[in-house]
Amino acid sequence: MKPAKFDYHRPDNLPDALRLLDEAGFDGKIIAGGQSLVPIMNMRLATPECLIDINGLTDLDFIECKDHVVKIGAMTRQSQVEDSEVVGQNIPLLKEAVPFIGHVQTRNRGTIGGSIVHADPSAELPLVLMTLGGKVKISSGDEERIVDAEDFFITYLTTDLMPTEILTEIHIPVWEGQTGHSFMEVARRHGDFALVAASCQMAVDEVGRIGNVRLALGGVEAIPFLIEDAQTVLCGEQLTEGLIEQLAEIVGESVEPESDLHASEEYRRHLAKVLTSRTLRQAYERARG
Amino acid sequence: MAMQEIEVTINGTRYEEMVEPRMLLSDFLREVCGLTGTHVGCEHGVCGACTVVLDDAAVRSCLIFAVQADDRSILTVEGLAQNGELTTLQKNFKENHGLQCGFCTSGILMAATDFIEKKPEADSQEIKEMLSGHLCRCTGYDGIVKAVEKTIEENKNSVKELNT
Repeated sequence: MKPAKFDYHRPDNLPDALRLLDEAGFDGKIIAGGQSLVPIMNMRLATPECLIDINGLTDLDFIECKDHVVKIGAMTRQSQVEDSEVVGQNIPLLKEAVPFIGHVQTRNRGTIGGSIVHADPSAELPLVLMTLGGKVKISSGDEERIVDAEDFFITYLTTDLMPTEILTEIHIPVWEGQTGHSFMEVARRHGDFALVAASCQMAVDEVGRIGNVRLALGGVEAIPFLIEDAQTVLCGEQLTEGLIEQLAEIVGESVEPESDLHASEEYRRHLAKVLTSRTLRQAYERARG
Repeated sequence: MAMQEIEVTINGTRYEEMVEPRMLLSDFLREVCGLTGTHVGCEHGVCGACTVVLDDAAVRSCLIFAVQADDRSILTVEGLAQNGELTTLQKNFKENHGLQCGFCTSGILMAATDFIEKKPEADSQEIKEMLSGHLCRCTGYDGIVKAVEKTIEENKNSVKELNT
């Protein structure tokens, strides 16, 4: 359980980090918090030949809200996001989701960018990013680009990020008006990866008709699974038990989870339906105040 | 790759050592510095036995490379007691059956020390959430929760006494 040999670099600015990454090519790997990377290096599932440590890039450690968008630097620790008032006031769904990530001792080190580029199918941060229609900002030697969450996640542990690129920021739009959110998951033990997680945000008008709703599930597909039918079924309606049931049935039919030693396909499908119902109900109640 | 020189302050003492980049901080503490109070369990961030306080946060020392601790400051279990006098938390672990075999204890003490400092008013639910990052196979956790609760209570009382 010791990692294989590697070269180590610790740049203190982004251009240097990008240059080192470019020089290393496919042998290079960025290390941020290391809470996913180091375990797999210890088990030698990953043996990068060159590690570029971006913990010195203090410019990437910030949380700010401007023009109805919350921007979070990739190197911001998960525990900072958890304690952030800016996040609590503007993206309460994210604040609610963060305590489900690992444990306080891993959140103290783990970063928001690291978890998103790792793209575990049951991880909380990719799920929240997908739910809220967030974007990621990506830098390489000669350009910057912004990618929607829906285009960023490709499959298990695979994103749109190229080997010479670094994710530098995440952008999450702030919803206006009467909104409610809900994040729930079922895991064998607190801090374990979720068997299934559900994340929901909705906006309602003064009489309780749903104007906008985003619902996404984690752990049921290779990437966070956005339930697009939620919009078509619920928009313009007041939430009723009948509609909840209708959507839960659609979810049960559309997800194709896999069986593994933690849970069967059938159980995951069941959880997807139950958590869909519960998060819809809670988000609606909160939106109604 | 060539060895790299690092300077780390551990429990107030400065260490200047040569390390291979792949050396884990947990191994550095135990094998290079001889600070074997930090225990190594799972080596992939699950058991919590190797937890230390790096700057101002409790972290897994098996998920950090020693080179990353260059110029940083670390507190390990050896740095808690001063002149043989146990901290309030350590005394309460002793009095409330917070440990039996002791393998998990140093990690829990470090996480709890950091936790109590940041959340001096924590309730038992928050204590349990913090402890979810640690595996203990002896105590059933009950004694550990009591020890942390009692420490929080005693700290509050001593603050009150100071204010009166």
